[in-house]
Amino acid sequence: MTTVAVKPATMAQALTRAMRDAMAADPTVHVLGEDVGTLGGVFRVTDGLAKEFGEDRCTDTPLAEAGILGAAVGMAMYGLRPVVEMQFDAFAYPAFEQLISHVSRMRNRTRGSMPLPITVRVPYGGGIGGVEHHSDSSEAYYMATPGLQVVTPATVADAYGLLRAAIASDDPVVFLEPKRLYWSKDSWNPDEPPAVEPIGRAVVRRPGRSATLITYGPSLPVCLEAARAAEAEGWDLEVVDLRSLVPFDDETVCASVRRTGRALVVHESGGFGGPGGEIAARVTERCFHHLEAPVLRVAGLDIPYPPPMLERHHLPGVDRVLDAVGRLQWEAER
Amino acid sequence: MTVMEERGAYRPTPPPAWQPRTDPAPLLPDAAPYRVLGTGAAAQADPGLLRRLYAQLVRGRRYNAQATALTKQGRLAVYPSSVGQEACEVAAALVLEDRDWLFPSYRDTLAVVARGVDPVQALTLLRGDWHTGYNPREHRVAPLCTPLATQLPHAVGLAHAARLKGDDVVALAMVGDGGTSEGDFHEALNFAAVWQAPVVFLVQNNGFAISVPLAKQTAAPSLAHKAVGYGMPGRLVDGNDAVAMYEVLSEAVRHARAGGGPTLVEAVTYRVEAHTNADDDKRYRADSEVAAWRAHDPIDLLEQELTARGLLDEDGIRAARDDAEALAADLRARMNQDPALDPMDLFAQVYAEPTPQLREQRAQLRAELDAEAEESHR
Repeated sequence: MTTVAVKPATMAQALTRAMRDAMAADPTVHVLGEDVGTLGGVFRVTDGLAKEFGEDRCTDTPLAEAGILGAAVGMAMYGLRPVVEMQFDAFAYPAFEQLISHVSRMRNRTRGSMPLPITVRVPYGGGIGGVEHHSDSSEAYYMATPGLQVVTPATVADAYGLLRAAIASDDPVVFLEPKRLYWSKDSWNPDEPPAVEPIGRAVVRRPGRSATLITYGPSLPVCLEAARAAEAEGWDLEVVDLRSLVPFDDETVCASVRRTGRALVVHESGGFGGPGGEIAARVTERCFHHLEAPVLRVAGLDIPYPPPMLERHHLPGVDRVLDAVGRLQWEAER
Repeated sequence: MTVMEERGAYRPTPPPAWQPRTDPAPLLPDAAPYRVLGTGAAAQADPGLLRRLYAQLVRGRRYNAQATALTKQGRLAVYPSSVGQEACEVAAALVLEDRDWLFPSYRDTLAVVARGVDPVQALTLLRGDWHTGYNPREHRVAPLCTPLATQLPHAVGLAHAARLKGDDVVALAMVGDGGTSEGDFHEALNFAAVWQAPVVFLVQNNGFAISVPLAKQTAAPSLAHKAVGYGMPGRLVDGNDAVAMYEVLSEAVRHARAGGGPTLVEAVTYRVEAHTNADDDKRYRADSEVAAWRAHDPIDLLEQELTARGLLDEDGIRAARDDAEALAADLRARMNQDPALDPMDLFAQVYAEPTPQLREQRAQLRAELDAEAEESHR
């Protein structure tokens, strides 16, 4: 009997591995961004790529996000498959015009003759003690733009599988990396990296019968912890990890809610105009007769992202999730 | 050595040492716009080139008139005229090889047509349709770009990608004087210079950004001077002199193709007509100003040279006009036919595979269309 060398890997390492494998498999894959070359990125996610593939394949660009994404558009027009790194969530905003006016709609306006296979990697969300402009949850902006796929992993294996899928996709993907999970670990066999996951499929991370917690990215560990704590209260919570915000997997989410009859959406992004509103509406429209209670949202506060010394009050934590679970109208059952 | 390593070599400098990284002198534009027509240099110009430019300019003027007429007949939603700027438009198209790429703005459909794209296709977006009409890959012409200057970084990325691949392809990107104030203009020129990408930036300084004159747009000595700050050559040229335009752009394309990097060319010209058919230029400029520029007309300048050298007679002029008239008649006839529009196409290319959400909306629209059809049959 042979033993497989299973080693712990961080989410950051899984992302690096995904880009490395994609670059090795396909010479048209190019990485570009600020500090991605010699330094390996401020989070070291592109570590070693410039050394292994050369600066033509992993390129330090001038410090200008619209220029980076705009150049990536031209590179994709010529047949390359660019993977762009935006250094932080809030530093991606200068690239919005390129993203919205060109990246998202080039396939459409050229009737399919010029699709843009661009992956825009954006480290997002809080919880790492970042000073202002380093902790935004920007997913709602991207979700509101037709033509973009919006993907966010919550586990080490998904970080690999979804990034490979994003790079392989012929349509643009905004790939949101939950930066507080960069150092989360899981065991894997480096000789057999995790499977490439299809974009657009949610997954049930924890089966349960009492209520469904619908979440993604940085809030998944919070929800899993809340589900464990809820056992003591007699609640058996199901946790759905969306993985892809666009396309949205109505099927998996609604199948779960129909089973449990109660739903709670959990995310760091502000509640007003946030993803939770869309998700709650979709669930209500599709599962109304299965619901025992209104779909509730547990979200970040509708304030500018707070300073690190106060951010714990903003981020939805286990207690806030459990409080909301308690408001799902259990009286009838008891 | 790879393309990027060649450019981005890290050279540490000890504290007191400083020297300019590039000698600015060779990058500076001439003191006045470069001219050929009406100067001694015109005699050197190739007769074949002069005739070719003339035929294209006459076609271009007629194309402009026809397109504006189509807006009045409701056949075009809007048309930004390039009357007075035909020399820039035509030269931009003619200096490129087949394998090169043109990046036009919305005012540059004439350049697109001169590059060989069917005028009906070139005008598809302006007609009010949902797509660009032509296939950009077929003609190596990027889609018309409306958000100002945002196509310039695309030209840089494409030219860079071609160079990485070892193809000697040049990208020529067109922008107006107003567009030079946009951030993407700055970022594109900076990227192009740092990467030494084979790009030619053609700024048509036509005097106005809709109603705002250049004086309210920039305090630069000239737009061509902006090149120096990026470390690339800036060229200043008379945009109404087709021969000068052809020479300067050709040289910039040659320079880029040979690995010399990008050039910024400022063509000094004038937007003789209003911004579009929806604009009223009497609110911001005097007729006398327009009249002065009409007296410096690109077609007249070329015609004078051709006539003086005996290269053009009445028959030649008539032949050029007949050719232009045929273009206009064909355009008119085809634009007067209603395009075949299928609302269901609106879902076809949002993604390679429609999302479940789009499939639902597609079914909803299908049902609405079916109900409409049933209603009209009653």
